[in-house]
Amino acid sequence: MELILAIASGVLFGTGFYLMLRRRLAQLIIGLGLLSNGANLLIFTAGGLTRARAPVIAEDASLLVRPFADPVPQALVLTAIVIGFGVLAFSLVLAHGIHTMAGTDDIDEIRSGGG
Amino acid sequence: MNVLVLPIALPLFTAAVLLLAPSRPLLQRWISFAGACALAIAAVLVFVRVERDGILVLQLGGWPAPFGITLVADVLSAMLVVATAVVGLAVASSAFSGVDPRREGFGYHGLIHVLLMGVSGAFLTGDLFNLYVWFEVMLVASFVLMALHRTRAQLEAAFKYVALNLIASSLFLTTLGLLYGGTGALNMAELATILPACENTAYETILAMLFLTAFGIKAAMFPLFFWLPASYHTPPAAVGAVFAGLLTKVGVYSMIRVFTLLFPGDPAMLYTLLLAQAGCTMIVGLVGALAQRDFRRILSFNLVGHLGYTTVGVALGTSAAMAGSIFYILHHIAAITNLYLISGVFLRLRHTTSLTELGSIFRERPLVAILAAIPVFSLAGVPPLSGFIGKLALVRGAFGAGAWWTGGIILAVSLLTLLSMARLWSESFWKTAPHGDKSRLPGVILLPIAFLSAITVAMTVAAGPLYQLAMKTSDQLLNPALYIDAVLKGGPQP
Amino acid sequence: MTTTTSLILRTGARVLMPLLLLFGVFLLLRGHNAPGGGFAGGLVVAAAYILHFFAFGLDAARRALLTRPERLIGSGLLLAVGSGILPALFGRPFLTSLWFDPARGIGTPMLFDLGVFLVVIGVVLIMTFTLAEE
Repeated sequence: MELILAIASGVLFGTGFYLMLRRRLAQLIIGLGLLSNGANLLIFTAGGLTRARAPVIAEDASLLVRPFADPVPQALVLTAIVIGFGVLAFSLVLAHGIHTMAGTDDIDEIRSGGG
Repeated sequence: MNVLVLPIALPLFTAAVLLLAPSRPLLQRWISFAGACALAIAAVLVFVRVERDGILVLQLGGWPAPFGITLVADVLSAMLVVATAVVGLAVASSAFSGVDPRREGFGYHGLIHVLLMGVSGAFLTGDLFNLYVWFEVMLVASFVLMALHRTRAQLEAAFKYVALNLIASSLFLTTLGLLYGGTGALNMAELATILPACENTAYETILAMLFLTAFGIKAAMFPLFFWLPASYHTPPAAVGAVFAGLLTKVGVYSMIRVFTLLFPGDPAMLYTLLLAQAGCTMIVGLVGALAQRDFRRILSFNLVGHLGYTTVGVALGTSAAMAGSIFYILHHIAAITNLYLISGVFLRLRHTTSLTELGSIFRERPLVAILAAIPVFSLAGVPPLSGFIGKLALVRGAFGAGAWWTGGIILAVSLLTLLSMARLWSESFWKTAPHGDKSRLPGVILLPIAFLSAITVAMTVAAGPLYQLAMKTSDQLLNPALYIDAVLKGGPQP
Repeated sequence: MTTTTSLILRTGARVLMPLLLLFGVFLLLRGHNAPGGGFAGGLVVAAAYILHFFAFGLDAARRALLTRPERLIGSGLLLAVGSGILPALFGRPFLTSLWFDPARGIGTPMLFDLGVFLVVIGVVLIMTFTLAEE
């Protein structure tokens, strides 16, 4: 399972960077989204995968019994997803503004349009 | 009441009040100014406590380290929080001379305070993931401040800024994932007990390189600095001032903090690379500055170049060089913020910052010219101003560490800076302008400039004690055991 | 945005809006010990207003909100800061949880969650409304 997730995260990074090297703003934003999801998946995988063992102390016990899923990476990923969501939404608004102003989303054309 | 939380909670509180208050410009400006004053008092309070009691630690929510989030203030953090508050005061008071109405309607003042909160948070946190969160707080606020424009060049610049900074954030996040996966810790003090003892050098090197890249983009180091000169000349003067004064310094601070704690002296490759980067940053920044013909573009390239100075210390890792860098950071925050604010005077008078349109200031407005001369010549390193003292300390530190090349580069680049600043001075203040002024100048605009110039002068007069303080800071940084003990074993509680 | 939206959408929105709002509040209150919480609840409430905006236009959605989204962010931030300051006034570290009734989950974390709830509604709606205006 780790291997599959690691490959998936690698693919996300690769496609993300590839899209960010394009000249279109829309592709750049999709690339950013893929990149942040790749990072999230990597944190999740690197934190260790434990299936169906919630880190909750049973009612009749006073200690957590190993193995249990580490809650920290999940909290990190959750925070990162929220931040990523906000930032991505903001860049969409920005790109939309550029598109309505410049009439194009090609970075070179925006530039040559002067300003 | 724990003081350590104040530099974070106060700006947040101010921002919330600003959002709720009626959007009358004058009211908003006064609330913002009062908030900045409160932040300054809190910052000084933190500094005094740190000076008196040593490293301050606050375990948020009462969770002991390393399980909860820790706030830590050593001398470096405390000094930088004070510097943040000073920049905050200057920027908040600069709003009295007028803000673009569209911006002000869109929560300009609140955003400035959110930005200040992010910067103070980044300086005070003792947890790496928390550092990431503060980076994002800072960035989101700066994105909105940057993107509140409607000209094509400004939007294009904003997009470059956003895209490059988001890549840096993703890289930082990736690094944190690998770090947590390998060590199971994110608290910097705990990591400082794990990583240096780690046998797996490949893993350490990978982490170090990722940190170097992520922070390198944030701190605008060669070869990752291109976003800065492409974007910093477009926002209004006050926004440019707070960006130039604080944002890149957070990147530099993160390097100093993370490298001294997590990778003390090892892997050696990290420090070799960092030194080379610092040298290239200095040269490329100043050569770039000489090629520019616009006041704010020259400042942007100078900013990049001088960021090299601020990283030499951590790259060399000796006490003297580190102290020089720290002194330089403090001097640079005051000087560069001031210069960006001065560009606001030009924007007001001539509606441009192109050097060809500027001039005649010295004859027509001697007060402006004299106030501006202090940061210009301080940045240029003219004795006896603070920039000269900072550079002297750095050069001595570099030669003392046996880094002849670096010392030579610092000296050569100082010469280039002098050249660039002298040209800036003669073109924008001395020569006769082709056209006269287009608008009147409100007197209030000089208030923050005078304040920051006074701070630069004060740094010059009090250079001795300040240098002592920088020495104390660098000794603290080079002895991570102090930091680790304070966080994990419970030093003096605030 | 004019009145060209379909009758089905408008009728559907009218029925769904109260349900979504209620569900959002339910998620917020449930979040103490179960899946849910301020963030999810806030998103659901924001989605309700976005649905209203799709069906009846921007002005109607702004009216239905009763206040400006900036105000929501401001009061949410104040609540969140307040929930952190409160324990500090009792001499505990910032953000320490103080419980009024731990069994039902009434205490400062509830206050914090309410703040998050309001901030999320405000931020999402500001962004949506800004996009819709251009």
